[in-house]
Amino acid sequence: MDMQNIESQFTELKSQLDALSKKTPEDKCSMVVFSGDLDKVLAAFVIATGAVAMGMDAVMFFTFWGTSMLRDKAKSVGGKDIMSKMFGAMLPKGTSQTKLSQMNMGGMGTAMMKSLMKKKNVASLEQFLEMAEELGVRIFVCEMTMDLMGFKREEMIDYKNLEFCGVARFLEEAANSKVQLFI
Amino acid sequence: MSDDIKVDKVFDLKGLPCPMPVVKVSKGIKEVEIGQVIEALSTDPGALSDFPAWARTSGNEILKTEQEDDVIKFYIKRNV
Repeated sequence: MDMQNIESQFTELKSQLDALSKKTPEDKCSMVVFSGDLDKVLAAFVIATGAVAMGMDAVMFFTFWGTSMLRDKAKSVGGKDIMSKMFGAMLPKGTSQTKLSQMNMGGMGTAMMKSLMKKKNVASLEQFLEMAEELGVRIFVCEMTMDLMGFKREEMIDYKNLEFCGVARFLEEAANSKVQLFI
Repeated sequence: MSDDIKVDKVFDLKGLPCPMPVVKVSKGIKEVEIGQVIEALSTDPGALSDFPAWARTSGNEILKTEQEDDVIKFYIKRNV
């Protein structure tokens, strides 16, 4: 075989390999956090922080009921219409107001679970959020939900890797992730 | 401490449940040099399967696992 032929085959192989490596998923865990329940979001944070420990990147896309708890309790913004005000008042503001998906029993079950978690040294949602920030877990917040429920960017928590985005931005990450979850 | 393994740093993770043991160890192992060994103490029964899984994924090596009562001791060599 002549040298030129080998060279052209090599170039072709190389470009094929480049194209292939772009398609290979990264060591990344992408999840949709749809739920705003204490227990489910807790699970999401355990997986996200665990993923970082396993050497993966972690992305959490908060949408629908999940979005509400990312509001900062200490912040308040004006200029909302009546529907937005109602939604704002009825949904948990901040991680501390989230409830269990089961056995809430008018808040008693949630209080019991929280005290049990403390006793068993299980990190609280507040601690998980702090830890996630420190570990570089990225949080995406769904713009459509923000608009639908009348949340404003100014009332959301301060978090280093927080991004307001739409579904395409999430799917870009998810398509490149080995692990994808919906919680 | 095990007789034949020289430990460079000890991490006491007793009382910490999932996912804290692997989170702490994945951060802590970077505090020693490659080739050095850390000892991690855990009371989380899940750590028995979690640490080997973490080691296989991260490329580090569990040299030895010991169990005394409720405490599990891992000797982990930093390979990467």
